Amino acid sequence: MAEELTRAAVSGEVTMRVWRGDDGGGEFADYVLPAQEGEVVLDVVHRIQATQAPDLACRWNCKAGKCGSCSAEINGVPSLMCMTRMDSLPAGETVTVAPMRAFPVLRDLVTDVSFNYEVAKRIPPFQPREKTEDEVTVGGYRMQQMDVERSQEFRKCIECYLCQDVCHVIRDHEENKTSFAGPRFFARSAELEMHPLDVNDRRELLRRDQGLGKCNITKCCTEVCPENIKITDNAIIPLKERVVDASYDPVAWLGRKLRNRSKKSAAEAAATSPAEGPAAVQGDDPAHGIPGPPSRWVDGDDWVQDTDAPDAGTDPHTVGAPEGAGE
Amino acid sequence: MIEYETHDYDVIVVGAGGAGIRAAIEARSRGLKTALVCKSLFGKAHTVMAEGGVAAALGNVYPEDNWKVHFRDTMRGGKMLNNWRMAQLHAQEAPDRVRELEEWGALFDRTKDGLMLQRDFGGHRYARLAHVGDRTGLEIIRTLQQKAVANGIEVFMEIKALRLLRDSDGVVSGLVGYWRPTGEFVVFKAKAVVMATGGVGKSWLYTSNSWESTGDGQAMALWAGADLIDMECVQFHPTGMVWPLSVRGILVTEGVRGDGGVLRNAEGRRFMFDYIPPMFAAETADSEEEADKWYSDHTAGRRPPELLPRDEVARSINSEVKAGRGSPHGGVLLDIASRLPAADIRRRLPSMYHQFRELAGVDITAEAMEVGPTCHYIMGGVRVDAESAATTAPGLFAAGEVAGGMHGSNRLGGNSLSDLLVFGHRAGIGAADFASGRSGDVSLDQKEIAEVIDDATAPFGRENGENPYELHRELQESMQSLVGIIRTGSELDEALESLERLEERAGAVSLSGGRPYNPGWNLTTDLPSMLTVSRCTAQGAINRKESRGGHTRDDYPKPDPEMGKVNFVQRIPQGAPRSGGVCGTPAIRSITIGSEPILAMPDELQQLFEEAT
Ligand SMILES: Cc1cc2nc3c(=O)[nH]c(=O)nc-3n(C[C@H](O)[C@H](O)[C@H](O)COP(=O)(O)OP(=O)(O)OC[C@H]3O[C@@H](n4cnc5c(N)ncnc54)[C@H](O)[C@@H]3O)c2cc1C
Ligand code: SF4
Ligand code: SF4
Ligand code: FES
Repeated sequence: MAEELTRAAVSGEVTMRVWRGDDGGGEFADYVLPAQEGEVVLDVVHRIQATQAPDLACRWNCKAGKCGSCSAEINGVPSLMCMTRMDSLPAGETVTVAPMRAFPVLRDLVTDVSFNYEVAKRIPPFQPREKTEDEVTVGGYRMQQMDVERSQEFRKCIECYLCQDVCHVIRDHEENKTSFAGPRFFARSAELEMHPLDVNDRRELLRRDQGLGKCNITKCCTEVCPENIKITDNAIIPLKERVVDASYDPVAWLGRKLRNRSKKSAAEAAATSPAEGPAAVQGDDPAHGIPGPPSRWVDGDDWVQDTDAPDAGTDPHTVGAPEGAGE
Repeated sequence: MIEYETHDYDVIVVGAGGAGIRAAIEARSRGLKTALVCKSLFGKAHTVMAEGGVAAALGNVYPEDNWKVHFRDTMRGGKMLNNWRMAQLHAQEAPDRVRELEEWGALFDRTKDGLMLQRDFGGHRYARLAHVGDRTGLEIIRTLQQKAVANGIEVFMEIKALRLLRDSDGVVSGLVGYWRPTGEFVVFKAKAVVMATGGVGKSWLYTSNSWESTGDGQAMALWAGADLIDMECVQFHPTGMVWPLSVRGILVTEGVRGDGGVLRNAEGRRFMFDYIPPMFAAETADSEEEADKWYSDHTAGRRPPELLPRDEVARSINSEVKAGRGSPHGGVLLDIASRLPAADIRRRLPSMYHQFRELAGVDITAEAMEVGPTCHYIMGGVRVDAESAATTAPGLFAAGEVAGGMHGSNRLGGNSLSDLLVFGHRAGIGAADFASGRSGDVSLDQKEIAEVIDDATAPFGRENGENPYELHRELQESMQSLVGIIRTGSELDEALESLERLEERAGAVSLSGGRPYNPGWNLTTDLPSMLTVSRCTAQGAINRKESRGGHTRDDYPKPDPEMGKVNFVQRIPQGAPRSGGVCGTPAIRSITIGSEPILAMPDELQQLFEEAT
């Protein structure tokens, strides 16, 4: 720690280029502030509010990476503002902060994320198996740590929606929002599917209504997840395998499910879904319906650096975005 | 006049933290038309930040544990100022409320027998906190959120409630607020309202609380005629981050100490051995050797002093720093690195590991953390009936941190999450029963609504007025330095004066921009509640001329047995003058205070304390 503590106080200034506007358009505005040691991007945004732009809108709650409110695109990278240290960004360069691109802008850095809440309503809820006699006596279910860990990984999700933001299937194709649930909700379905107690079968829904087939495993979602959830490897790929089983080989699926009791059929599961029926099924050819991701997203390691900021335009996302990949 | 939309419900729950969602689930399951209203997005409430665990005498790790032991620990932790009936119901019902979460999908960490694992926390005699690593709050809020969605509860998110509304008989009948995204006003009519708005920490400079903790619920209840109790009892959690400055106050879970972490001063001494109070001496280890045995077997030695109740630990840290034995940035050192293997630390405390690595550049598996007290929780709050969570204002119920009584003058760790579940559930029933029994149309006073809206929008018409951020900063500085962890009469008087000056200035705020998602405006509308609850805390602190639990007076350093028999009760008399600030709330100087005897505990419960000593 000693090294950390004796580090010289930062001197000089920081320049922040922050998107200002609403659904009707807007532009980037530059703010210059004195630098302060140990700050995260959210601290600087707060200082802009307190001293220069009292009406600058941003969401935040916990300031500790726990609530998933402060999602934005920092130098083009979908990130939590409260967990991005200023000293992790290139020194002396302007820091660009834009709202998440996949969702409509409400104001400044605040986007309308209601899409996600709508998808959540369409997922058939958790339904536990019956308790055994022993469990009735002790009062609680018995589950082994090893068996709960798989679902626990997905339950770490803080619903920041950065994975939804980065996924090209939604990011670049607004129209897919009716037929594609997105990585956050694949993780949710995987969580339920691997839950040691749950008896609902969601596989047919995943394939038919949630567009699991549209995911072409680019892993961009996994890379931005601040909770380090291996969305692609641990949720999406196993789900894809199970969905294939559902279509072709129900016996194999039964064998795979750990403590499977009486999984319901998709129709029954849909009937227990609280919201109205799932969105209309779009003509789906999972493997080929969707063009590949724009080049910027294909190469998972490269896009991070792709942040040369062009002129401030009327689109908050022209920064670092590949040509033609605008809204 | 500005237009507004109106919604009509049986039960409106303000606040979507653990208490609010649990209440809504209960009211809905009784067939009532129920909606949740919250200031931020659904699932982001403060509860999401809770780390260490939820306390319930499940007896999964120590079968000796039962509700009586939990009850006794809770009362002793609260220095016997608690509403005993709440503490009793809480201890009795917490196990069922926690197990129920599992039936709704929660996945707690497990024992070898496959049951919910429980961890040690300060003040709890047995390992009692069911948990999921150090993200228990997230697990609880997500479980409740998903259950609420499954039950079809309507959620109005990003609405700031400004004022409660009463009908001509004085019964609470709804509220007026605004949509943060659009700035449009909205009125909810309801047959019963549950207040579940959480805490007040944002009035202090260093706090573990989120921006939402501005005391809106305590203030709205008070303005609507409800009583508040024990508002001087504010908990400073012993371990908040102290460095870098920008993260000062962010919580370091007590789970670090429960899992073996120890506190040291700059000289490397485990100083907590020097601060064991007589009340806990019989059960606290007096050597490092004895303390260390305890972690693996609670019957082999007495508890380590690091796990004394929070008020004791926070005061001790404060004294060490004052005596010049603090760490470089004015805290003390919390060391888990030398106590557990790195892999265990990462597994048991993943978010602490992450938080320190990302925000402070500190690897907690290799070096000590610098920590110091941070404003964390308010034990005082809206006075409620233990059985039904009814407040003293008819039609209004309260549960969770906004309610007072349950925790007395100091809360034990883990007892809040269980409080939310137990009394959220009870408030849901209470409100549902009240709403079902209420006949006739709910009528609202249009003039009152118009006044609230006019007052709330007034700052847009002013020019060159006060900056709300500046006022907030001054309020925080004043509360931090004058109404902090150690208090004294003259400073408290000074605080009252400063609050009155700030109130006057709050009436002169001017704003730019429009109403849609304008944080300057949002903060401006939070100021009246922050000023109101700050006033209540300062006024209570002046009157409680003793030191008890979270309330410490330098000029009255000892508990006074007579004071231990009373609650301080605050209210606003009918027809009190208005502040002239935004929202036309009653002037803070109109808040009155008086003492009332605490509820007398029945003999059979009293017995539990005599047996123990
Ligand atoms: C970092 C941290 C760790 C903690 N760890 C633990 C722990 O391990 N164990 C434990 O038992 N306790 C813990 N606590 C304490 C516990 O988390 C809180 O006391 C508890 O979550 C409060 O819950 P609540 O339901 O009362 O309110 P909150 O969760 O605070 O929710 C308040 C709700 O009210 C809404 N609201 C507020 N004002 C308005 C308004 N004007 N209009 C509309 N809506 C409004 C908010 O939007 C929010 O939805 C911790 C606290 C913190 C800060
Ligand atoms: S792997 Fe790629 S395509 Fe699939 S959900 Fe994640 S980001 Fe979207
Ligand atoms: S899965 Fe990860 S990136 Fe996606 S919403 Fe959850 S926490 Fe955020
Ligand atoms: S503010 Fe909660 S995650 Fe950033």
